[in-house]
Amino acid sequence: MSNSTLSTTSTMTDSTRLKPLSATTAVDTERTETAIEARHLNIFYGAFKAIHDVSMAVEARKITAIIGPSGCGKSTLLRAFNRMNDFVPTARVEGEISLHGHNLYAASVDPVEVRRRVGMVFQKPNPFPKSIYENIAWAARLNGYRGDMDRLVEDSLRSAALWDEVKDKLKQSGLSLSGGQQQRLCIARTIAIRPEIILMDEPCSALDPIATIKIEELMQELKKQYTIIIVTHNMQQAARVSDRTAMMMLTEDGKRSGTLIEFDDTNVIFTRPKDKRTEDYVSGRFG
Amino acid sequence: MATIPLPPKAIDSYRPNLAGRHAAGRTWETIFLAATMVGILGLVLLMFNIVNNAFGIVAYADENDYSLFSPVPVEQLADSDLIVLLTNELSTGAINKLNTEKALDTRSRSELLSLVYERILERKVVASSTLDQALFARADFEAEALAKNEAAQFVFRSWLSPEFLTEPMSSQALFSGVRTAILGSLLLITLTIAIALPIGTAAAIYLQEYADKSLINQIIETNIYNLAGVPSIVYGMLGLAVFVRALEPLTSGAIFGNVDSNGRTVLSAAMTMALLVLPLIIVNAQEALKAVPDSLRQAAYGVGATRWQTIWHHVLPQAIPGILTGSILAVSRAIGETAPLIVVGASTFITADPTGPFSGFTALPIQIYNWTVQPQAEFHNLAGAAILVLLVLLLTLNASAIILRNRLSARRVL
Repeated sequence: MSNSTLSTTSTMTDSTRLKPLSATTAVDTERTETAIEARHLNIFYGAFKAIHDVSMAVEARKITAIIGPSGCGKSTLLRAFNRMNDFVPTARVEGEISLHGHNLYAASVDPVEVRRRVGMVFQKPNPFPKSIYENIAWAARLNGYRGDMDRLVEDSLRSAALWDEVKDKLKQSGLSLSGGQQQRLCIARTIAIRPEIILMDEPCSALDPIATIKIEELMQELKKQYTIIIVTHNMQQAARVSDRTAMMMLTEDGKRSGTLIEFDDTNVIFTRPKDKRTEDYVSGRFG
Repeated sequence: MATIPLPPKAIDSYRPNLAGRHAAGRTWETIFLAATMVGILGLVLLMFNIVNNAFGIVAYADENDYSLFSPVPVEQLADSDLIVLLTNELSTGAINKLNTEKALDTRSRSELLSLVYERILERKVVASSTLDQALFARADFEAEALAKNEAAQFVFRSWLSPEFLTEPMSSQALFSGVRTAILGSLLLITLTIAIALPIGTAAAIYLQEYADKSLINQIIETNIYNLAGVPSIVYGMLGLAVFVRALEPLTSGAIFGNVDSNGRTVLSAAMTMALLVLPLIIVNAQEALKAVPDSLRQAAYGVGATRWQTIWHHVLPQAIPGILTGSILAVSRAIGETAPLIVVGASTFITADPTGPFSGFTALPIQIYNWTVQPQAEFHNLAGAAILVLLVLLLTLNASAIILRNRLSARRVL
């Protein structure tokens, strides 16, 4: 996992990026490429099993939505992909999540490296209490970015569709922006360090419908280069934005662990799901 | 209040008893107000007591008859004549000593006059009154003083005066000041904070950001909370045993080549005080760190920051105002502490300013204590004035810490 040289062009070509991504060819659209894969994943909080035996292969440069009722472990699963659960003192993970064949939970893997490669956008916009410029520059700098910082800031803000709104006030606090702008700043901050995968934990739940539409449009742009996994409570949103949908539900064995019950193309999940529970949920009869 | 009529035929099984509920509310409000008033009353009494002591009439008399020294009244003598008078009447040794403290010809007129009063006329207090005596029982007081010494002269005196701040201690109440004590207290506080703030903050960072919630860590944490309540005299005894005695080579400065000192130094006292305020600083710093929202930590971790980068760049800057609040509390506690200083051996009578961490010293609370236990009323006046100085010093230090804190919290938003 060598550090790639970051592209400083505004188009952010994939040619200089990590090997596994550049190895794919645009012609081969039928063959799906796996960006990250969970295998027999179990997650515990102390004695409580929060996630039961989840296996899923997330396809590269697609948007994968994770849906399901409250408390079924969607966020826990999402956070497992970049080891954010490490900060929960009692959390324990069994099974593996592999990125290019490397198990993220192997002893040799540094979680700091994982989080750089698998970025995250949180439910509540959480820009740093620094200037808009510094919000992006800080992360890049600490990850050892050596290129033209002004360029990177501009490129990242453009990619997050925020540049035109903030280009004249880069020195202002990131907290002075509106909620939707803050969330796009957080996305800009995330893509500034060129992750391969972006995790989004209900990124629009704190935003109004107009800001939500902007984020959703942005996601469609971003998926050309990034693999996106999004947790959402909003089924219309999952149907609108995602290519693949993972349906989670609590197990019925009385232990109330969350598990994956169905994972398929979004239109299959929403039109002809195989599982009765999925059908009830997406049609609004349950949950 | 008028009752709003109910719709006809409404079945009313409620008895709202609004009047009773409001009455109960008013009763509690009165109780809370009374409690506040008790507090305010206590504060007013305290301030009255201090101010009452710091001002009053003083009756004084000269031991020596001035007319023996010069026919011209002393107030009319020129500065040079005052110096001549002093040089003639005092021993060469005494003059040399005064000159080494501050050359006579550089001293102000009031300083020279004080010297004449103190050394030549040997002016002494006959009796001293409090402010309320001066205002309401002046005749009684004057009669009593004249009965003691018929030559007594009366003057209304503010014991808190510029000279009080700039003069060192003296056995004569009229010429005594708190300069050495102020300098001692300031040096002590500076050293205390310099020792306790970094250690306390570091410990808080470890406990809050690094330590897991294991049983041992929880026991440690609980004990730190308990240490904050240990009586200060206990810390004094610890300081005496460890810093004054066991670590004497360090605290006396012997290992740095300082020979004219024992372990009873500012450094020993500051180390003791640092131990005393450490729990306070740790607990407050921990609270400040706890108050930093987790979303900020996650944001930093989410872009690939290490734990230390997260703490250094985001958590600490957010927590600094809270940490400073803790240090304000620590300063307030340390500046007023007396018991540990007595135990570790602050001097009760010292006229030399502290020169560094290895010098002997006195501090304001020690001075106040020392004056309070004297039987003569004039020393109680001095104590009152010294308490005012201590309060002002405390408020100044706190205000500067608060200003610093506000500056920092204003800056961190950007």
